[in-house]
Amino acid sequence: MFIRNSPDLTYADVTLKSVYLNRRKFLGTIGIAGAAALGGHRLYEWLASPQTVYAAAKFDNLIKSPFSTTEKENSFEDVTHYNNFYEFGTDKGDPAKNAQKFNTSNWVVSVEGEVAKPRKFTMDEILKLASLEERIYRHRCVEAWSIVVPWIGYSFSNLVKLVEPKPKADFVAFQSYYDPGQMPQARWAGIQFPYVEGLRLDEAMNPLTLLCVGMYGESLPNQDGAPVRMVIPWKYGFKSIKSLVKIKFQSKMPPTTWNLAAYNEYGFYSNVNPNVDHPRWSQAKERRLGEIFKRPTLMFNGYGDQVASMYNGMDLKKYY
Amino acid sequence: MHALLTSKWTKVALFLLCLVPLGALVWRGFHHGLGANPVEFIQLTTGDWTLRFLIFTLCITPFRKLFHLPDLIRFRRMLGLFAFFYVCLHFLTYLGPDQSFDLGAMWKDVYKRPFITVGFLGFVLLLPLALTSTAGWIRRLGGKRWQILHRAVYFAAVAGVIHYYWKVKSDVRMPVFYGVLVAILLLWRLFDWYFKRRGSAGVKLSAQRLPADPAS
Repeated sequence: MFIRNSPDLTYADVTLKSVYLNRRKFLGTIGIAGAAALGGHRLYEWLASPQTVYAAAKFDNLIKSPFSTTEKENSFEDVTHYNNFYEFGTDKGDPAKNAQKFNTSNWVVSVEGEVAKPRKFTMDEILKLASLEERIYRHRCVEAWSIVVPWIGYSFSNLVKLVEPKPKADFVAFQSYYDPGQMPQARWAGIQFPYVEGLRLDEAMNPLTLLCVGMYGESLPNQDGAPVRMVIPWKYGFKSIKSLVKIKFQSKMPPTTWNLAAYNEYGFYSNVNPNVDHPRWSQAKERRLGEIFKRPTLMFNGYGDQVASMYNGMDLKKYY
Repeated sequence: MHALLTSKWTKVALFLLCLVPLGALVWRGFHHGLGANPVEFIQLTTGDWTLRFLIFTLCITPFRKLFHLPDLIRFRRMLGLFAFFYVCLHFLTYLGPDQSFDLGAMWKDVYKRPFITVGFLGFVLLLPLALTSTAGWIRRLGGKRWQILHRAVYFAAVAGVIHYYWKVKSDVRMPVFYGVLVAILLLWRLFDWYFKRRGSAGVKLSAQRLPADPAS
């Protein structure tokens, strides 16, 4: 299925993928049934990594972004089976398993707070708000691993301009979807939900800040934050909030989930910074998935040219 | 049961069983089963098995007494050495892929980060125990001194649990689970020691108190 810029196709078409998914599941089940017949189902499940195949809406006519890196992309398999999405479990492999049935149909993103034009956006409206670009970004997790992902979306500033922030709006608060019914594993995560994040308005307006609706030419898989998420490439991955439902403009610095969980370990800014260690581990190096040895971490994850000026005069050891 | 526990083949079977976690890792390695971050997968798996084998080792003494199976002693050294084997693999994933075999960087890391410090301490505590695990060393040290030295395993297990607890970000279920097991096993020893001391002071009394079993 393709989403061209044609008005007759809506985001609801995307959900048809469940049919496709079930077919794959059925084929997979035959294989597992064979193993179960031999009395080794559990062992088989434990030993063989589940190779789930995701079918999603494809995007074409994507604009190539000048912000893209030329570094080698990580595989789709890696990026969809190594996730931190604590609503669906804390193990890296949990979200791929537990988010499969996550219902993202009739998705609405509410924009509120200090804006002249508060409103709600449907997914169709979000998809048509600006031309979709492919942006290949480095993505650096606070846990000292990194990936290179071809995201799809557009600068978040496009949305901000539509709602016209008032002069008081110095910060933007973000909130993830949370439904304990669909996310039963969340209660073991040890952090508060719904997941909340925030940016300063100038950070939110930076052209690198991406409102993301897809990756690898397709709509976002559930475990990667479907149907719409943020991607802020010069900050640690946990700032790039997933499955976004609320955006609020406000005068006060908003609370952020990991800062609430451990304020001395995760600051509001959380810019990638090899010179400021996490209290429990070094941030000087990172392991790019697919590599064995670690490579040096770059200041602002290598996006200093675009973002360093926003932090002029700030002590980044204090504002970590 | 005695015949089973003293059979040579039981020991061989247990040895092979202890190699299964390693075998599973190798199998996964050849079948794309190590996930997106193989180094981390091997590191976490070998760390897990180190703690499990330490717990198995600590189970031997209580199980011998509680279930009247003194022959279990035959397996204690092997289980302890497998804990050491898996901690060596665990340590190698840290020294190699994480620290690029740079000993200077490793020492700095060990010094600076409490979770690494305590993990390293646990590893170092197991070193002399592995070295002195032979019959020759038991003889050379003498049973009493050997036993005192090998109590270091209690501290190694506690260090392992703390290492794990300090490492996780927010979901502490697994380290707490291991912590509870280690606590039970150490507390049992404390009670056993306490009652033995009291018991030896009043052997007569406790003998008199034994209930007469009318069925016998």
